Amino acid sequence: MLNLTINGKPHQLELDPQMPLLWAIRDHIGLTGTKYSCGVAQCGSCTVYLDGDPVRSCVTPLSVAVGKEITTIEGLNSAVGRAVQEAWKELEVVQCGFCQSGQIMSATALLSRNTKPTDADIDAAMQGNLCRCATYARIRAGIKLAGTKLAGGKA
Amino acid sequence: MKTNDIVNLSRRRFVAGGILSVAGLTLGILPDVQAEQPGSAAEAMGTAPAEAGEFSPNAFLRIDKSGAVTVISKHLEMGQGTYTGLATLVAEELDADWDRVRVEGAPADASRYNNLFWGAMQGTGGSTAIANSFDQLRRAGAAARQMLVAAAAERWQVPIAEIRVVSGVVEHAASGRKAGFGELAEAAASQPVPETVLLKDPAAFELIGKRIPRKDSSEKIDGSAQFTQDVRLPGMKTALVLHPPRFGAKVCGVADSAALQISGVSRIVQIPSGVAVVADDFWSAKLGRDALRVSWDESEAFNESSEQLLQAYRELAKTAGTVARDDGKAVQVLAETDDVLEAEYSVPFLSHSAMEPMDCIVRIDDNGCEIWNGEQMQTGDQMAVAALLGLQPEQVKINMLYAGGSFGRRANPAADYVLEAVHIAKQLEQGIPLKMIWTREDDTRAGYYRPMYLHRLRATLDPAGNPLAWDQCIVGQSILAGTPFESAMVKDGIDHTSVEGAVNLPYAIDHFHLDLHSPKLPVPVLWWRSVGSTHTAFVGESFIDELAHKAGQDPVAYRRRLLAKHPRHLGVLNLAAEKADWGAPLGRGQGRGVAVHESFNSYVAQVAEVTVRRGVIHVDRVVIAIDCGIAVNPDVIEAQMQGGMGFGLSAALYSELVLDRGRVMQSNFHDYQILRIDQMPEVEVYIVPSAEPPTGVGEPATPVIAPALANAVFAATGQRLRRLPLRLAS
Repeated sequence: MLNLTINGKPHQLELDPQMPLLWAIRDHIGLTGTKYSCGVAQCGSCTVYLDGDPVRSCVTPLSVAVGKEITTIEGLNSAVGRAVQEAWKELEVVQCGFCQSGQIMSATALLSRNTKPTDADIDAAMQGNLCRCATYARIRAGIKLAGTKLAGGKA
Repeated sequence: MKTNDIVNLSRRRFVAGGILSVAGLTLGILPDVQAEQPGSAAEAMGTAPAEAGEFSPNAFLRIDKSGAVTVISKHLEMGQGTYTGLATLVAEELDADWDRVRVEGAPADASRYNNLFWGAMQGTGGSTAIANSFDQLRRAGAAARQMLVAAAAERWQVPIAEIRVVSGVVEHAASGRKAGFGELAEAAASQPVPETVLLKDPAAFELIGKRIPRKDSSEKIDGSAQFTQDVRLPGMKTALVLHPPRFGAKVCGVADSAALQISGVSRIVQIPSGVAVVADDFWSAKLGRDALRVSWDESEAFNESSEQLLQAYRELAKTAGTVARDDGKAVQVLAETDDVLEAEYSVPFLSHSAMEPMDCIVRIDDNGCEIWNGEQMQTGDQMAVAALLGLQPEQVKINMLYAGGSFGRRANPAADYVLEAVHIAKQLEQGIPLKMIWTREDDTRAGYYRPMYLHRLRATLDPAGNPLAWDQCIVGQSILAGTPFESAMVKDGIDHTSVEGAVNLPYAIDHFHLDLHSPKLPVPVLWWRSVGSTHTAFVGESFIDELAHKAGQDPVAYRRRLLAKHPRHLGVLNLAAEKADWGAPLGRGQGRGVAVHESFNSYVAQVAEVTVRRGVIHVDRVVIAIDCGIAVNPDVIEAQMQGGMGFGLSAALYSELVLDRGRVMQSNFHDYQILRIDQMPEVEVYIVPSAEPPTGVGEPATPVIAPALANAVFAATGQRLRRLPLRLAS
């Protein structure tokens, strides 16, 4: 039996400890905001937090997640996370939307460390999150807008 | 039939048919296109899926007692913003409160929800969603508004002319009376259907032309949006398919005992396209598939390589093909001169690689078949599934979900992945929902690619430097051969999708010849965002640039002169050139390139600015001008220009699918590269003001970047790159 804490809620699951966290979250907990797209940590669509740090859940075995705080897009309720989501809405970042949970998780993690990221910081933090619709221009603008708002400035 | 006519259908038909239980009213809106099709008129009427007490005046909207407006979208939302655009059209004429409008995907039904440009077929493609719906949905909104107003006039005993509607509120100023849509819904439902509707003068538009918010943003931001991958149904099983290693290979033996021992795996079933592992969840199915041993008969499998094919195409291009266009005497003029510029261009196979890999959910029971999917071609798939299962099309219910990208992939005339899921589901116990998921590797390797093409061109200039003769030969598979579209879209041996963008090259050239070879190969091919223009724009706009340089003339000025009779091309070309500071000096290693192209009746020009440093192409800035007629939502248009260009940039610089003795060499995003954030240039978008009917924006930005970029690289380095993805000589 594996004990997992997802979005603050405890879950006991009888699953193979080698199963990637992604599939426990999607198929067994039923939280589907975290997406499967590549399965090999090449696209970032499955990004969740383990103790606040972004990881690719498609290659993270359940055994690694046991005892840690797991956060998914559904549980993203920090001030930074909300600021990112608001900026995404304000700038209409999304198109197909499939990668956006992962984009928002990575962007929030970046802004949690650094509210004034440079373009190079954004490139480094976000270049593992693919968007086939190429919403990148607005993702970049969204990160900057959220950062400005978090710093108390006017956008 | 005149544009604004609405045909009042027999109410009895619907009441008797039991479709409307309470609202008791419906009307049909017959577009001109449909009226010409025998048999479709009566069927074109209908109602939106509605609950008791709701006002459902037609197939495209319903209003509930709270006043909330639900617009029914006949088109798939795959990122292009169609839910927002279509709802805007209805809400504009309804004078609805935009915040109280929501959108729902339509059920598959060719009689109510057909694409008016496609005849009796529902589907989303060719950048037609807004264009084919523009009158239809405005009329739907206007009819509903008139009925709400009539209901208010009757209730308040005031003249209709004194009533106005503002943002979801019906008002009579003189008496100070007001009512929300919800309060009037039931009364409106019993109003007679207007014989005609009046549409707004565009000057009075409140929503069209404004940057109003997208309808799908919120749920895509908080993770609640439902894609096919996300659907969970009681008792659902998940299947993965082991596909053949080469196209055309057949299963000849299955050793499934190890796979069946994996916990959670319940069945191994053979289907025409491979072997499926059915399990309780994805991970069990994946482990099961890893453990599955299948031997393949590859005796008839395709085993050629991309380079081999290219060589064969090269030889073919030297021979006469089927003539697609022949003005003047191009071949003769070229034979009579020694001063011929000759070039060969080529583009590789490409995968669509939407972020959501192909997936489909199917449940089959006594009543028929139910499907959950992000469908680009609802009724085509519906018919294919019905045929496979021996059902009537209406027994195949399709729930339209968001698609996590598609770019043409989910519009397959062969219905490949949908039928694959049905083949699996029909071998399961009745009533068990089956979710089939492709892994990224399946999505990359299981086919349906943008075909590989090779173009051979020859041209000569007149003494003024203008092109005198242009001879072009295109070699590449036909997308439509063997599909139900063949009879309509392949004429005299010319698949229009192979030559679009080349056959209508707009430049003034007296002697113009274009021919086509369509070799048949077992590599499955399909349209890919902007279809023929993906290669014809690259080739045509690069080659015209070559001619401008040969003539020693500025590429923008050269195009301008040759486009004198094409004002909309000129409009975007001039706008992009002006905004991009065309002609302003650039630094060392930098270059600027331009391209202009029409696709799907929209006109796009792009100016790309590049820096070439240590053999690497950096795209610094792209300026885009678009003329798509009336701009329904400038923000969505801007997003489609940015994203469509970015999609094209992947193909221009990174993506390439290579066949090696029939095997697809790429498998996932590490080797099939697509654009990343650090590779996205600064983008500026300018929209040409226009009163022309709106045309598409989902595709037209995509094909223009490759030639603009290739031309910029030439300006920066002197290297003329004629093969995609662009690679500098080392």
